[in-house]
Amino acid sequence: MTTTAELDVAAVKADFPIFDRCCDPERPLVFLDSAASSQKPRQVIEAMSEFYETTYANVHRGVYRIAEAATNRMEGARRTVAGFIGAPRPEEIIFTKNATEALNLVARSWGGANLGPGDAVVLTQMEHHANIVPWQILAAEKGFEIRWIPVRPDGHLDLSNLDRLLDGAAMMSVTAMSNVLGTIPPLGSMIAAARAAGALVTLDACQYVPHLPTDVSSLDADFIAFSGHKMLGPTGVGVLWGRTELLEAMPPFLGGGGMILDVTQEGFRADAIPAKFEAGTPPITEIVGLAAAIEYLDGLGMDRVRRHEVSLTAYALRTLTERLGDRLTIHGPSEPADRGGVLSLDLAGVHPHDLSQVLDQHNVCVRPGHHCAKPLMRVLGVGATARASLYVYNDESDVDALADALVDAGEFFAF
Amino acid sequence: MSGLEDLYREIILDHYRTPRNRGKLETPPAHKVEGFNPLCGDEITVYVDTDGDRVTDVRIDGQGCSISQASASMMTNAIKGRSFAEISDLTRAFKSMMSIHENELGGDDGREPEPGSEESVPADEVKLGDLEALRGVVKFPVRIKCATLAWNTLAQAIDEARADDGAPTGSS
Repeated sequence: MTTTAELDVAAVKADFPIFDRCCDPERPLVFLDSAASSQKPRQVIEAMSEFYETTYANVHRGVYRIAEAATNRMEGARRTVAGFIGAPRPEEIIFTKNATEALNLVARSWGGANLGPGDAVVLTQMEHHANIVPWQILAAEKGFEIRWIPVRPDGHLDLSNLDRLLDGAAMMSVTAMSNVLGTIPPLGSMIAAARAAGALVTLDACQYVPHLPTDVSSLDADFIAFSGHKMLGPTGVGVLWGRTELLEAMPPFLGGGGMILDVTQEGFRADAIPAKFEAGTPPITEIVGLAAAIEYLDGLGMDRVRRHEVSLTAYALRTLTERLGDRLTIHGPSEPADRGGVLSLDLAGVHPHDLSQVLDQHNVCVRPGHHCAKPLMRVLGVGATARASLYVYNDESDVDALADALVDAGEFFAF
Repeated sequence: MSGLEDLYREIILDHYRTPRNRGKLETPPAHKVEGFNPLCGDEITVYVDTDGDRVTDVRIDGQGCSISQASASMMTNAIKGRSFAEISDLTRAFKSMMSIHENELGGDDGREPEPGSEESVPADEVKLGDLEALRGVVKFPVRIKCATLAWNTLAQAIDEARADDGAPTGSS
């Protein structure tokens, strides 16, 4: 984990079959959309196939051997996830459908039981809709206030009024890395301020856990949500980590099989965590795949992953600015150390949707749109951006291909 | 960049750079409807003045990609002064070119009307003029929603205008 050697991107790339097998034999796939969903290494695909072919059965309660083996694989995966984020207890890992469901679980279960008129939840203006709308739905029912930490033009949060925003707040629910700007907020000081104000802290860590070493104990948050598919794992599985005492005190989220101790005509008794929050058959094979993805990332070393991305982001900021000049706006912090490898681009005179179409002709995959962050788009004064995002299989050649394609798009739409 | 020229024909870029009938109309008497493409964030506002059975004036406001903006601009040229029936035929023909066949525009079960079974003109007989330049969009399916945003918004604006005209207060 602490080796100083850089990431061997060619070797990493060779683990991802899509780069050999996709779409265009003439031109390499330049995949710059990992912030939406990452590609999957052979190790993850094979772990899932192997599980289906040798071990698959529904988990829990089965007494036959593969049912027991499947249960063991799933519970082993829970320990793998816990270890990866430094969770003190595996039972604090709740498997969900995705991070959106994890955030809805916090809002609906914790918020539903604890928020009412006179309370406040503090968000930032750069949240993904998944960390806005669940609170808005609940606020409409419960009558609490939503307060917003502003975003400055340079892409950093304006924390000058943080203490006032937190005054009387019961929850601060914020992104650990913006999916539009790449901004990594000063989580340590923000969480300390929330603690001092008596507020709990939820982190939307979808863009953080796949890219930076994560230790929930040192982060000192109360809930952390992330998804499997952005960290080399499959779709269909997300994770909520929460403190034991909070999870135990919260009412169930979804009701059904697997989450009860007993059901009578009069009512039910919920099971202990994590089962209490895992109603219905879980995404068993996807959970196995997520564990394989974590083992792969652990093999690379998350410190090394982060160093690679800081270095590549620095190269991208420098190269794109040199090649495109004033015509290109790159939203977000200018210092690579303050951000992840998420580059929201605005090429003057070319709408992001058109830009992304031209880039596709170069087999360069970026994402146009509001990135499920419309309040932030309004703050930035744009309708959309074209977002390029970097991961472990990207290197300088991908950035160069992006720069070439941007220059070409600029010429195509020149007027 | 094979294929891109099919999408970005010169006349499309011209309408994108110099949009026609851009702006607002006073409401009332104009009818104003906002349209959204939630996938890409495009937003368009259509204003129409009507005289009971035709669109006498139209303006477009909002923001979007070259395809949505050019389609909106060309649409305003094509519909200004035309009757609701003519606009309905034109809309159906345009959507047909986009491989969309909607029952709300006079067909049944999502199909185009049988020839002769309706008073409307068959889609392939409607003259689309400049709008033909958008035919290349069909090869880029995710962009079809961009091209049809203004048309769907217009249809809603005309529906609202007709509903108001049918009200007892009448109109100018």
